[in-house]
Parts: sequence; structure tokens; C-alpha cells
Amino acid sequence: MTAAIKKIGWPRMIISVFLLALFISCPFAGVNYQFAITDVIGRFGMNLVLILSLVPMIQAGCGLNFGVPLGIVSGAFGAVCSIELNATGLFGIFTAMVIACAFAFVIGFLYGFILNRIKGDEMIISTYCSFAFVGFMCMAWVRLLPFKNAILIYGYGGNGMRPQVPLSENWAQILDKFLHFKIGPIIEVPVGMLLFGALCCFCMWLFFRSKLGTAMTAAGSNPEYARAAGVNVDKMRLVSVVMSTTIAAIGMIVYYQHYTFVQLYMTPMNLMLPTVAAVLIGGAALRKATIPNVIIGTFLYQGITTVGPMVAGSAFADIADALRLVISNGMILYALTRKEHR
Amino acid sequence: MNMDTDNSVLRFENVGKSFFGNRVLKDISFSLDKGHILGLVGENGAGKSTMMKILFSMDDIRDTGGFEGAIYLDDKKLNFSNPMDAINAGIGMVHQEFSLIPGFTATENILLNREFTKKSVVSTVLGKKLSTLDRHKMNLSAKEVIELLGVNLEPDMLVSDMPVGHKQFVEIAREVNREKVRVLIFDEPTAVLTESEAEILLKALRKLADRGVAIIFISHRLHEIVDICDSVLVLRDGELVKNVTKEENYTVQDLAKWMVGRNVENKSSARKKVLENENDIVMEIKNLWVNMAGELVDDVSLSIKRGEFLGIGGLAGQGKLGIPNGIMGLAEAGGAVTFNGRQFALNAPKTALDLKLAFVSEDRRGFGLLLDEPIYWNVTFSAMQVMNKYLKRYVGLRLRDDKEMRQTAQKYIDSLEIRCVSEKQKVRELSGGNQQKICLARAFDLEPEVLFVSEPTRGIDIGAKSLVLQALRRYNEENGVTIVMVSSELEELRSICDRIAIISDGKVAGILNSSEASEKFGLLMAGLSAEKEGA
Repeated sequence: MTAAIKKIGWPRMIISVFLLALFISCPFAGVNYQFAITDVIGRFGMNLVLILSLVPMIQAGCGLNFGVPLGIVSGAFGAVCSIELNATGLFGIFTAMVIACAFAFVIGFLYGFILNRIKGDEMIISTYCSFAFVGFMCMAWVRLLPFKNAILIYGYGGNGMRPQVPLSENWAQILDKFLHFKIGPIIEVPVGMLLFGALCCFCMWLFFRSKLGTAMTAAGSNPEYARAAGVNVDKMRLVSVVMSTTIAAIGMIVYYQHYTFVQLYMTPMNLMLPTVAAVLIGGAALRKATIPNVIIGTFLYQGITTVGPMVAGSAFADIADALRLVISNGMILYALTRKEHR
Repeated sequence: MNMDTDNSVLRFENVGKSFFGNRVLKDISFSLDKGHILGLVGENGAGKSTMMKILFSMDDIRDTGGFEGAIYLDDKKLNFSNPMDAINAGIGMVHQEFSLIPGFTATENILLNREFTKKSVVSTVLGKKLSTLDRHKMNLSAKEVIELLGVNLEPDMLVSDMPVGHKQFVEIAREVNREKVRVLIFDEPTAVLTESEAEILLKALRKLADRGVAIIFISHRLHEIVDICDSVLVLRDGELVKNVTKEENYTVQDLAKWMVGRNVENKSSARKKVLENENDIVMEIKNLWVNMAGELVDDVSLSIKRGEFLGIGGLAGQGKLGIPNGIMGLAEAGGAVTFNGRQFALNAPKTALDLKLAFVSEDRRGFGLLLDEPIYWNVTFSAMQVMNKYLKRYVGLRLRDDKEMRQTAQKYIDSLEIRCVSEKQKVRELSGGNQQKICLARAFDLEPEVLFVSEPTRGIDIGAKSLVLQALRRYNEENGVTIVMVSSELEELRSICDRIAIISDGKVAGILNSSEASEKFGLLMAGLSAEKEGA
């Protein structure tokens, strides 16, 4: 029994039980569990690729990517560009992804360059990078970008972008609707989005079975060893950072199309801690993360943060958000302190 | 059992221990006299560390139900409830791993938590914890103990700037410096020392013993045991198989035999194969310099013959370790190195590996292993990266072939007798000897033309040691691979190598055939010029 728990890990055990308890208490709190299930599935799909993006950097030894907002902002940039270009439908989301990837590639390259100069302090420096870059992009949203499309721009004054840009005219829920079906009157399954997430996971799994992926894992596990085996460790780290940033940008497009809005300005910062916390809940360590870690973590974290507020919100107002903060920050603390035992 | 208790400091009576029904120590009885040095030998896992853990009443002994029998210190039965009690009772231990503070000086480390203090205004008001350090008195005390050890060590030097050997001396000085220390345990104190440093240490141990301290000396270097111990306990599989005193005139071979329960081949058999062509030079090193911390290479020129087993010896810090690290691109280097007649670029690990050079590093845990990955990764990783082995095409993509990797690992596990649960076990969980064998397997799997091996037997037990050396010898003879082995242990080099180059002060002091007399090697190591160069 204890061996089994050890294998699953205490935090995952506790959170799973907690999540189960939340579902069971749904009827008592007056929450329709069918809504709850729909929400959990939706949020799982919308966050999966974003959380998956952390894997390359963790594996390469760059730690938890607190610089994930860099990728998120890149995603937002791709999304607003596609709107400016009036690109719609599948072509629209494809345009958004291509622009986002190109942008993320450049940003990721610079970001990786910085991280290679401060080995050992990646997590704190990446946090600073996030704040700095998100701040810079705020200026871009307000003034620097010469965008004219009415959907993007504040209705009054005609200057600066809205904080919430609707995607309804372009490619909102385009992935969700693919092969989409319903169970009963309420539960919706966004098959396209889940398939896309699964495809990304599969590609990542393939990558880590390639020679490059194996070298990256070794570079994270013991850089000295990798160097002695002829691996260019700095290059591995750079590749991992570019990959993480680019995948985060793609993940964000998936996120926006489900959410049906592009969120600008400081909102990317709000996703930083939840993303990191989710992969940790899934069982990842500072230098090791697997695809199952990502899937389990996304499910548990999104499950708690979706159902938790519904149930708690009906009992005591406002406790839901506090609960979410305690869980995400608590998990990060747990992972960071556990480092010493390894 | 009560014999000669007047002088007896420490006595074990029928001590035993089992972990969850698994017996690791059985019925150990012995007595240690004041001023005596007791050697404790046995292969890894024979029960030495369990004995010491019992003496110190470590957590893992108490948590698993204590031990059987009784231990007496000065005829009082011990009843320690934690290691601090043992330390307060006057039992000290010098560990294999360093528990020193790198940013502190030798003095500060030696007197840590026992500093001499002066009263100051602040301390009078706010209590003793805030009194100022009496640096002068501290330095005197540190100097005194360093002199007692007979080593040349600056008390003001930061521990982080010291070579490994000196760190070990600081560690020892700290234990020795404690007042009223009755029993001192040395766990492999010479493992990281060179032969000359080890000699100094052994002399210091004798001096300590003469002052009345009882010493338990644990070492894999059996000749040291023979040299300084008044009596020796030999453990095998948790049992005390021999308790001999100096008067019984045992030899290193005797000890080795008792330890492993079989005869240990000490002298190597004559070479089966002679070099085909004495003049076929596989690698020519000219004016090599290497910038490696603590092992600077100044100007080394050396020719390596195809198929030979070349030894590189010398004292620590003289630069012998720098040579392979420089050639393999792991330390900054310059000079001209030609391989098969073609000069190649230094400072590029990949280039050296592509040329079919391989290296087993002296820094096993640093450069040698992926501790948190399975055995089969460790064995096959280099070959995959360098030679594109273990990659298989699946629909246009070249992916890792785990099955083939595991098969290769299994092959080496069998041929090198690596003791493990399976090839999927994490390397961190293996003993030092088995980890070293994995490093060898990794190098062998690169199918090198020239293999550099650095300190392959450091810190591993005698059984594993001979297996490692045999494997190297076999690899050299059967595959015709040129092997260059760097080692601080001259006897080991002489038992296996054809020629030995002695490095002194970053230069080649001379090259001798292994059959030459030891005095000649000694002279070279001391930096005296060679009378004649070997063939």
C-alpha cells in the first residue's frame, strides 16, 4: 500500500482524492456535475500544450520555465496579427501559429542566450525576463504596433489595443468544433482540440527518443558527462529554450481559440505560476519531466481549479481563488524544497 | 572475555546486527588498547561501516531495532542515543567525504564550533555567543595540530583553494584537535592521497597513537595496514574471520586472501602478446600544455606506441591527470597532438571522440556517469552520440532503439560482472566499483583505438579493483587497443603496464619499463632527472 502511494507520490494521491471529493460534493453544493465535467475537459485541452511546453527546458537542465510568458506573448502576437490580416477559419489559426512560432523563435533564441550566461540561476532570471518582456509588449500593444483593424483597437479614441480581443469573427473554437460531439444535453467534447494536444504530446515523445532528444536529456541530467561525450551542452540548452518558447506560443493559440478571446497586457503573467504548478503536480522534478507528468498534472490542476471554485463558490464566496493560489504556489514550494533531497 | 582490561579503551562483545532479517554482522568481539592502531579490512559490504554505525549509534541502527551484544568504552557499557553522545564521549571519526566549509580557512574549519574567544563589550552585554574570535590563539592551536600531522599546510588558506589531499588533512586535523579524544576512526583516509601524502598521514597516526589515542584504521590499501597496525580485524560477509596481531607476521597477500576467501592474483602474468612493431607510433604528443586546476601540465612530449599499455604516474598535483583531460578536450590545452600521423584540434571533445579516442575520467560522478539514469543509458549514450549507434529508422525518423541499448548493457553486465538488479537500475544505486565498471563499458562501447583511463581503481574495493584491471588488460590484449592509464598507485601501474612515464612538475621526468627497480621510479617522482630513458 505504502509502496503504491510512494510510486504515485503523496501530492498526487492527496490531490486526486480531493478532486474526487469535489466531484462527489457537486450535487450537495447545487452544482451540475455535467457542467463541471464539460469545463474540466475544456480547460484540460486548452492548457495541455502550454504545460507541455515546459518539458524541453526541464529536461535540458534549464529548470522550470518561469519565462513561459515570453511564449504566451508570442502566441498573443501571432493571434493579433492574424486578426489584423483578417485571416479566418483554419487558414486564420494557421497564420496565427506561423507568425507566433516565428516570433517565439526569435524571442526564444535571445532568451536562451541570456539563460546560457547565468547557469544555475535560470528560474529567478527567467522570472525577470518575463516581467521585462511582458512590460515591453504592453507598450507595443498600446502604441508601437501600427495595427488598424477595428476588432483590435479601442472603440473610442482609435488608439491602442483592447485588453480582450474577441476571436469570434476569425477562428474562435475552430479546433474545438472539429469532430465535436455531445454526451447528453450538456457535456461537450472538443475532439479537435484534444486531438491536437495528443498530437503535440506524441511529437514531444518522439523528439525525446531521437538522438538530439537523448542528448538533451543527458545534458540536463549531468552536463559534464554530456560534454565528455561530445555533446555541445550550451547548444542543447539553447535548442530547449527555443522549443519551449515556440511550443508555448502554439499552446497559447490553442488556449485562445477555446477561450474565444485574446488577452493582452499583463494577463500572460497570470498564467506563469499555474503552468509551472501543473507540471509539478503531475510529478515532474526540477530536471525530469515526462509526458505522463504533463497529462496527469494538467488534468489534476485544471480539475481542481475548475471544480473547486464551483463547489466552494456556492458555499463561501471568494474562497475559490484563494484556494487556487494556495495550490499552485504550494506545489512550486514543494518542488523547490524537494530539490535538496536529490 | 575480560583480558587485560587495564589498557583496554574499547571493547566489542558479541556484537551483531541484522536489517529486516538480513544478517549483516555476526558475533563480533574484540578489544582495542590505548595507543594501539587497529586495522579493519574487508570488501565493500563486509560489515565495516555497519560496525562503525553501531559504535556511533546512527539513526539507521536505532530505527531498525538496535544491535545485539554490547560495547564498552573504558569498561563502561555504552548506551548512546545519538551520534553526538559518541562524540562527546571522545569517539571521533574522519569521514571519506569531506564535511568542510569551502569558504573558510583551514584554521576556521579545524576549530569550527570550538573557537577560542575574547570578551568584548558586546559579549559582556549580550552574552557569550557574541564574543570576538581570538584569531591569534586559534592560529597557534591549528598550527600545532598541523605540525603534529607533519604536513605542509597553510592555516590561513581557504579550503576551497586546497588540493584534495590537503582537504583530507584538514578534516583529520579537526578530529585530532578535539580535547579528550579517546578513540579515532579513520575511514579510508588515504583514498584521495598520493603515496607520499599517505606516508605522512601514516606517520601522523603513529604519533597520535603514541600519545595514547586508540585508532581504528579502515583502508583498502592493505600495505598500509601491514605497515602501521598493531592488530588487524578481517571481516568477511559480516563475520570476523581473522584477528591477528603484528607479531604473527602476516603479509598483504594473507590479508587479501582472508578478505575475499580465495587467493588474489597480485602479480600479473607475463604479457601474452608482444608489440608487432615497436616503431609504430599511434599518437605523438609535442609540447602539450593543459590548464587544469591543481594539475597543470607545462610541457609534455610523449610518443605512444600502437597496441601498448602505457602508464602515466607521478605525485598528485604534478600534472599527470591533466594530460588525458587536455587531449580529450575537457580542459583548456595547447600544443601539437598527432594521431595516426594527423594533427587534430584540441579543446573539442567531439573531435577527439570522432577520431576514436575514449576516456574514462578520474571524476566518476562528474564526467563519468549519469547518476539518475539507468545503466543502459550510461553504457550506450556516448556511442549513440558519437557513432550514431542504437538509432533505428521508423517511418523516416531516426529514433532510439532501447531494446538494442539494453542488450548491449546486458552484455557488459555479464562480461564485466557488474552487480545490479537489472540494466534498468539507476546508476546512483550502485557501489563505486560497479559504477567504475560502467564507465569502462561506456568507453569500450566507443570501440576506441586509444583509450585513456584515469585513476580507474580509486576508491573501489580490492575485488572490484582486480576485475577492473583484468578487464583493461584483456581489452588491450584481445582487441589490440592502445591503453594509456594514469594512476597515483605506482605498484598498480607496474603490475599492468609495459612502460611508465613519470610526470613531475608538469613535464615528463622520464619513461621506464615497468620491470625497472622501484628506486628509479622514486627518483623520477621526486623530480630528479632520469639516468636513462626506457626503450
